[in-house]
Amino acid sequence: MGQIEKKEKLNIVAPPEGYKGDGFFATKLSSVIGLARANSVWPLPFATSCCGIEFMATMASNYDLARFGMERLSFSPRQSDLLMVMGTISKKMIPVLRQVYEQMAEPKWVLAMGACASSGGIFDSYSVLQGIDKVIPVDVYVPGCPPRPEQLIEGVMQIHELVKTESLRRRYTKEYQKLLESYNIS
Amino acid sequence: MDNISKHITENEVIDNFDNKLSTLNLGPTHPATHGIFQNILKMDGERIYSAEQTCGYIHRAFEKISERRPYNQIRPLTDRLNYCSSPINNIGWDMTVEKLIGAEIPKRVDYLRVIIMELARIADHLICNSVIAVDTGALTGFTYVFQERERIYEIFEEICGARLTTNIGRIGGFERDFNETAHKKLKDFLKGFPKRFKDFETLLCRNRIFMDRIINVGPINADRALNYGFTGPNLRAAGIDYDVRAMNPYSSYQDFDFKIPIGKSGDTFDRFMVRQEEIKQSLNIINQAVNNLPEGPYHADLPEFYLPPKEDVYTKMEALIYHFKIIMGETNVPKGEIYFSVEGANGELGFYLISDGGRTPFRLHFRRPCFIYYQAFSEMIKGALLSDAIVTMSSMNVIAGELDA
Amino acid sequence: MDKEKLLNLINRQFEGIVKSHSEEYGLLCIETETTNIFNLIKWLKEDSSVNFNFLTDICAVQYPESGDREFAVVYHLHNLKENFRLKIKIFTSRDKLNVPSITDIFSAANWMERETFDFYGIIFDGHPNLCRILNLDELDYHPMRKEYKLEDGTRTDKDDRFFGRKGNEKITFDNKKQLARDNG
Repeated sequence: MGQIEKKEKLNIVAPPEGYKGDGFFATKLSSVIGLARANSVWPLPFATSCCGIEFMATMASNYDLARFGMERLSFSPRQSDLLMVMGTISKKMIPVLRQVYEQMAEPKWVLAMGACASSGGIFDSYSVLQGIDKVIPVDVYVPGCPPRPEQLIEGVMQIHELVKTESLRRRYTKEYQKLLESYNIS
Repeated sequence: MDNISKHITENEVIDNFDNKLSTLNLGPTHPATHGIFQNILKMDGERIYSAEQTCGYIHRAFEKISERRPYNQIRPLTDRLNYCSSPINNIGWDMTVEKLIGAEIPKRVDYLRVIIMELARIADHLICNSVIAVDTGALTGFTYVFQERERIYEIFEEICGARLTTNIGRIGGFERDFNETAHKKLKDFLKGFPKRFKDFETLLCRNRIFMDRIINVGPINADRALNYGFTGPNLRAAGIDYDVRAMNPYSSYQDFDFKIPIGKSGDTFDRFMVRQEEIKQSLNIINQAVNNLPEGPYHADLPEFYLPPKEDVYTKMEALIYHFKIIMGETNVPKGEIYFSVEGANGELGFYLISDGGRTPFRLHFRRPCFIYYQAFSEMIKGALLSDAIVTMSSMNVIAGELDA
Repeated sequence: MDKEKLLNLINRQFEGIVKSHSEEYGLLCIETETTNIFNLIKWLKEDSSVNFNFLTDICAVQYPESGDREFAVVYHLHNLKENFRLKIKIFTSRDKLNVPSITDIFSAANWMERETFDFYGIIFDGHPNLCRILNLDELDYHPMRKEYKLEDGTRTDKDDRFFGRKGNEKITFDNKKQLARDNG
């Protein structure tokens, strides 16, 4: 009877930088919190059009966004960390988008998926908002019309990187308040 | 009370408190609406007393943009109409222009188009049916069929390089023939899909919980459906066998042998089953097309619209001129007025095109099936439960891009 | 059913209602007066000899600077039983945009007419709820008309010189209409 080979323990998430010794591990609090946050980002899918279908493909079995701790789509803005804006935002939609963003609790991040959300895309018309960064601040832009799931995952990875490295005090800084003020968000 | 709402006055608020009905705002961003639709429901407890839909939340001015664009550059716009099945829109547009300029299309192109359009129809119906299941609480089917959709995407990718917004084909045919890999992937798909589709079907079709949730939900009879301008699977579920593919065959659909499934009561179950059956019929059509694929050129001889081979552009004056004119969109199109329609995944997708002889259309109007039949939604859900309304909506397959254009 | 038979039937029912008729790409098109449209479509739908039981589409077309033929409303009807399509056109001028609504005949006309109103400002008399459907309620013009331009002018990544815009003019909601007229 062959013995089952003991597999090396899988380390899904690498530990942050720190000092390791016998029975202790010392690191910065912010790194630990960043690590925890980054691996449990709850996205709010704000899917309006074509990109939404590509997002569904990313969520579904083949690409499986759940691998990155994003299994739980939070449709309530109150409980979500990441606003994923996917698709064209028309002028009629601006108040809705702003309201959703304002309802989200800090810390919050925004990902603009696709050309329409990032810049208006091919729709330079009277009814389309020319990029959501005109009404809310955006952290990561994912190019493409629509982006492939791999591209979206890359965008999510960049969000993770931001979340991991963000200072815990950032949301209280004057710069951040100024940024929000420039968007008329209080 | 002054600043609470700009829409209602204090008196109205008090009136509403006395009223037995409550107002529920469903959407525009609601997890259950799968897109940007707003429904203002007047509810009596759980029952819907009346409903009012608003749309236009992703209105992108397709028709206005089309008036500024050369004919070849309108195809990417049609991608974004019904983005679950873009190739049908692309090819529909190409065929409209071909009809306008009176082009003769080789048989092989017709067959290749049929293959692509039916693949797109399968992809669209899969998404619709799996979403009906998701709304009744069965997520498993969704993950099953998305695997299959990926297979279809891979075939599209092999043909045109894009997954979702394909911009497939050109006026006159295709930019390139199907390559070996595309044929192989298509063959694999045709072999593997029926079995996995069967899994999906066994999961749901005779599932007691699922049937209870959707039978007699959101019904519409044939008369009302016609009056409301229903087309496509939704009309056929109500019992009318109108299918553009059979009635006004385009792209050599007359060569294929297929059945048009119809339902009886026009409820959600019928819509679901009609789509299920149409997927099988589409598979059947693809099999016929693949087996009888004629040899020949993969594009028509239309030098004014179809890009010449790159080698010719470098060596031949004439080819260079055509290349320049097509790329810059300087090709004039004959004067005329035309209505052409194809059977989109949701119904009759019509293109009403007026050309004044210039480089861009004078007027282009899309007959979007979603937009026309979605107005019946409020009538269909009257008196139903809220959860039934959600299922009814997903079974109508309203696609926001097509709804708002 | 064929073209001649249909025209004869219409002429027998409504003397002289068809101002002109033509056929393009196999689609029969008849032109009539605005005042007749309601009765004509009602008869076309309800009479068993013609039986156009399906309204395919309603849309408007603008032919700028054509006087009293500036706006056309186009109706596409379909006889599903015999598979015969018919296009009906009516023309109206800029100062007389009133057209009878056919929502009483076809429920499908409801949103089609609202869309046409939204885009071109055609006023459908007798429509139960004629208001904007796709655009913002606050929009003060009808955007599909040829005199208004497509872009909203807030795009910053485009070089204005290449898109026929004047410099870096600020476009506000108030001077938008004027600018649109200036730029053609």
